[in-house]
Order: sequence, then structure tokens, then C-alpha cells
Amino acid sequence: MSEIKTQTQEEPDTALPEINKTSQIVIKDLWKVFGRDSKRVLGKKYKDLSKDEIQEKTGCIVGLRDINLEIKKGEFYILMGLSGSGKSTLIRNLIRLVNSSSGSIEINGKNLTKMKQEELIEFRRQTYGMVFQHYGLLPHQTVLDNAAYGLKVRGIVKETRYEKASKVLETVGLKGWENYYPGSLSGGMQQRVGLARALVNDPEILLMDEPFSGLDPLIKRQMQDELIELQDKLQKTIIFVTHDLHEALKLGDRIAILRNGEVVQVGTPEEIVTQPADGYIQEFIRDASPAKVITARSIMEPAKILLYAWEGPKTALTLLRANKRRGAFIVDKSHKLLGVAQEDKLEKLLIKPGKVEIIPKSALRQVTSVSPDTILEDIFSIIIKNPYPVPVVDENNKLLGVVTSDQIFESISPMEGEDNV
Amino acid sequence: MFKFPEVVTIPLAKVIDFIMSWLLTHLDGFFDAIGFIILQVVLAFETIFLFIPWFVMIPLAGLAGWKLIGKKRSGLLFMTLLFLIGTFGYWELSMRTLSLVIASVFFALIMGIPLGISMARSDRFEAILKPILDGMQTMPSFVYLIPALMFFGMGKVPAMFATIIYAVPPVIRLTNVGIRTVDKEAVEASLAFGATAKQVLFDVQLPLAKPSIMVGINQTTMMALAMVVIGSMIGAKGLGMEVLLAINRIEVGKGFEAGLSIVFLAIIVDRITFSFSEKK
Repeated sequence: MSEIKTQTQEEPDTALPEINKTSQIVIKDLWKVFGRDSKRVLGKKYKDLSKDEIQEKTGCIVGLRDINLEIKKGEFYILMGLSGSGKSTLIRNLIRLVNSSSGSIEINGKNLTKMKQEELIEFRRQTYGMVFQHYGLLPHQTVLDNAAYGLKVRGIVKETRYEKASKVLETVGLKGWENYYPGSLSGGMQQRVGLARALVNDPEILLMDEPFSGLDPLIKRQMQDELIELQDKLQKTIIFVTHDLHEALKLGDRIAILRNGEVVQVGTPEEIVTQPADGYIQEFIRDASPAKVITARSIMEPAKILLYAWEGPKTALTLLRANKRRGAFIVDKSHKLLGVAQEDKLEKLLIKPGKVEIIPKSALRQVTSVSPDTILEDIFSIIIKNPYPVPVVDENNKLLGVVTSDQIFESISPMEGEDNV
Repeated sequence: MFKFPEVVTIPLAKVIDFIMSWLLTHLDGFFDAIGFIILQVVLAFETIFLFIPWFVMIPLAGLAGWKLIGKKRSGLLFMTLLFLIGTFGYWELSMRTLSLVIASVFFALIMGIPLGISMARSDRFEAILKPILDGMQTMPSFVYLIPALMFFGMGKVPAMFATIIYAVPPVIRLTNVGIRTVDKEAVEASLAFGATAKQVLFDVQLPLAKPSIMVGINQTTMMALAMVVIGSMIGAKGLGMEVLLAINRIEVGKGFEAGLSIVFLAIIVDRITFSFSEKK
């Protein structure tokens, strides 16, 4: 498809058209047409027409058109689009709750679309956990029974499944609620039961169909945070459907945007925001806050002047004065950040009797630093309290660069943003 | 007014008569077998209901009202109603009527619930069955009596046969609707976790459709009760026959007593079966 633009700057392997070794899910030329005698739409006569034309001429509705996606193991993959874009159809295709019209879906090298009924049932039991928008819980069973459902269909004995289910319920924060019925729980808690049920099989792939759409904003944010935390621990492949851009940007490693059953763009959150593929996506991300996706890494610059601790206070002071600065970051020999050296403090050091060779730590001002993955939103609060640029350091406290308020403003000012990244 | 041309006729009546006589000559043994099964079941129920003495039955009904509906008042009401039936002198007949109703409902459910389930699973089967059910419900109930009479002769069995045919549609329909309106995501969830069709049916569809199915059972029971009375016209002993006799002899008082007994039975049966649909 000519419309698909896959960014290649950061993750070149994602854009390769041929099958990638690390890809766990490979979707190829997938079509789904709803309606009577839908196969004829796939013939030459209709295939290249637009969705509306096909509907007018054949009465069939194109749900998915020529989808090609590759999803890697352990990836948090978002399918985003407005209602009717085909995102729910696509995720249902991945577990064959909806059967595709043509094309193939390979999961761990097995062709899902060719599986027979018994094989499919077994594959679902082994591979998947799924979470639904309206929870899909069984109201006549307790929370514990609901959570254990995936084990029950596999014929696992009661004690074992209750034991496992209790553990998972504890992970999702529902300890003590085992014997309640879903109807007496709030929406957020019901979805936790849904999540527990999906996790109880310890599935490789977690399918989530707008799981947080029905929740109120505060609970939603909390659940998102918990899911991120959980994913850090579990490292599952997650396919997550949402219509909420903020959610997509916050959670996703990669995002596929769908429109009218077609994939319009695939990319990391940052790529989507900074390089929208077309006007549709630009419209989509118009009210997305770049502060939530742009990271310190992409806007940091090298510090203008850097002082070295072993050079002594006199050199430092000279350098500062030469640059007309009142302070600067100071690092040690291995480039580790020590703090900020200030003009007045350095002067005091010089007044003191005795020769000072190395600037002591006590004379430095300690500053808050951030990691390269920190998003702008989190840098704001630091920069407000701090007259200095925010230092960006790696895990060994090595100074990588600095973020100034000027850079932040440039990066988040709408149209020019592209030039700065 | 224009007269409909007499030459244009379709001899439907003759066709049906022909089919009937064919069935009677060729499937005689089959109907005998069915009649035998039906008879055994109703006799079993009759034995039970006639065996339980009135002074046990009345407290039992009271207990059922209290425990199932959850109100002491209902229990008291049931006891009073049964007691009144006794005072009318219709205890035995009402127990016979009750056995007929329960046996008919038993057969109606054995047929109706599986039919309702298959109807929910196949749109085509639903399209075929729906007009048939409409027909069964709108056809005047007396019409069933004639073929029933021809297949099974006089007595309880033809009355029950007609009753079953007349009473089965509600439970089929409501089972179908109940299953079709089960939360779609609950079914999807069940499938997603690798449930087989059977597991989906018993874990999700039937439990979630239960209230609807129970309403169907309630309706079927009420219709069976109404039909059993008509069935007495072809020789089923019971309260209906008393009404019929009262009409023939123009005994208004007696007719009312028998009629009221039927109403009382109906109230008790309705409340008890309805209580099942309300529970979780």
C-alpha cells in the first residue's frame, strides 16, 4: 500500500517487508469482507475499488483491507482508530472470533487461518488471554470462578485452578474479593477480574479490546499505570485496541493506526506525533500533547560549557567569567555529573587560606537529573523549580546532555516541531 | 360484491385428510408407542399426586409458597386456595388435572428446550420454525383435538398430545430469545479461552438465558393448564370435565365451583413457576 509509511530511523527492522525472525505475529494481505457472497469482492473486478464503491456495487462491507503487520515478541502493540476503522475486527481475527476472508495470520510460525476447529480450540487455550471492553464476565459465577475460567475449560481440577486464580487475583489487587459476584463490583474492579482471567493461563499473547474505554478517567489512568508496571514484569506480547490517542501514546511500543479498514501508519508514539503520515493522522494527533511522548533524548543538547572537577576552582571561575555565566555543570574524569558549580561559591573557595586543588563536593549545588527516556511532561516540573538546564544522565550518572527551557518550547510549538527532532 | 370464482379451489382439506389416513394406516405402531410412553408418565404423576393425602399436600403447598417465593403470605394463600378446592369436593379431580398438566409440561420441555437451543444456533432453522410456531399458537386449540383423537383414541393420551402441541411454543421461543440475547462478549470471552461449543452452551448461554427460559416454562405451564380443560372434551378426567358436565346440565353453581378450582390451581402453579425465573 502506498499510503503506509513505516519509519525507519530508530527501528529499521520493523519496516522490512519480508518475514522477520523476531516477529511473533505476522499478518499478510488480510482481508475481511462482511455480507452476502463476500468472496466475489476479492476478485479482480472489485478489489481495487474504494470501500464505498464496493458497498454500493455489491452490498458488501469491507471490514479489513489488505492488512500487513508484524508484531514482535514482548511488544506492546496498539491498534488505534475511530469506530468503524476495523480495529476490533482485526483483533478478533487474531483469535478467530471473526474469520478472515483471505490472507494469512501466522503466530509463532503456525498459520492460524488454516487451523481446524479442534486445533483452534487447543491453540486458543495455549496461546491467548483476552480482555473485553464490557468485561464479558459470567454474572452467575464468583470472581474466583470467573478468574479461573480459562483453566476450567481446559479441564484442570478445582484445587489447582482456584490456587492459580487466587494468585492472579492478588496480582491485580483483588485479594479478598474472591467470593463476590461481578455484579457487586465497580467497573474498574470488574475489569481487573477480566485481566486476571486473561492472565491465569500465563498466555504468550494478551489481546485487549478497548479494556479501559468504559472506565472513568481517574480509574482509567490508574489501570494504565498498573498495566505498564505489570508488563514490565511479565513481558507478554500485548495487542491493545483503543480509540484514545493519549492511551495509545502512553502505553504503546508501537502503534498501528487504522482507517476504514486499512493501516495508515505504523510507528513508535514519538514517530506518530512528530512525523504523522498524512492529514488524517495529523488531525488525529492535533490535540495530543507532545509533552507526553517527546523524550529528553530527542531534544537534549550538549552542555555549552562544562567544568571538570580536577581543574580546580580558579580555572572554573575563569571559564565561567569568560562565558558570562554564574554557574555550570561539573563532571569528574569519567564524565559523571557531580553537580553545579556556582560563581559565588567558587569565589569563597579562593578567599579561603591554603591552596585548593580540587573543587570539593561541599561547594557544589546538587541538581535533579533525568534519564534519556523521561518525557517532557516530567521535565516541566523540574525546570520550573530550577534556574539551570536539566541534566540528562545515564544509569551510571554519566552526563549525556542538557535540556533547556528554550529547547522544550521549540519542540512543543506545533508546526515547527518537525525541524527540531 | 364480487363472488370468488368457485372453479378456483385448492383441495387442502382433502390433502390433509389423505395424509391423516395414510399416517394412521402406516404409522400405527409408532403412535401406539408414543401413546404408551405418554400414558406411563402421566400415570406415574397421577399415582404420586393421588397418593399424597390432602393434609400433607396443603402444608406442602404452603411450604413451597413460603420458601420459593419468600413470603409467608404466599404460603398462606396457597394453603387457603387448596383448602377451598377441597371444600368444593374437587380434590381428586384437581389432583388428576395437576398430574396431566405436569406430565404435559414435562414432555413440552423435553421437546421445547432443545428445539429452542437449535433455533438460537441457526438463523435458517429459526426462519423455518418461526412461522410454524406462529401457526401452532394461533390455530384454535380445538383443531388439535381431532387428529389427537384419531391417533390415540379417547382418554388422557390424546388430551395430553393436544396439550403438548398447544403449550410448547412459548418455551421454544423464549429459549431461543434468551440465548440470542446473552451478552455477546461473555460468549466471545468463553470462546477466546478455548471453550468448545458445548462448554459455551452450558457455561454461558444456558445460565445467562435462564431467566428468559424460566418465563417460557411459566408460560408453557399456564397454557398447558388452559388446554387440559379443553382436553377433557375428549375424555381426560379432571376439572374440565366437570365444567363440561355443568354446561350440559345448565348447573351454573357447579360450573363456577369447577371453574374457580381451575383458577386457584392456575394461581398456585403460576406463582411457583414464576418464582424460578426471578432468582439469580
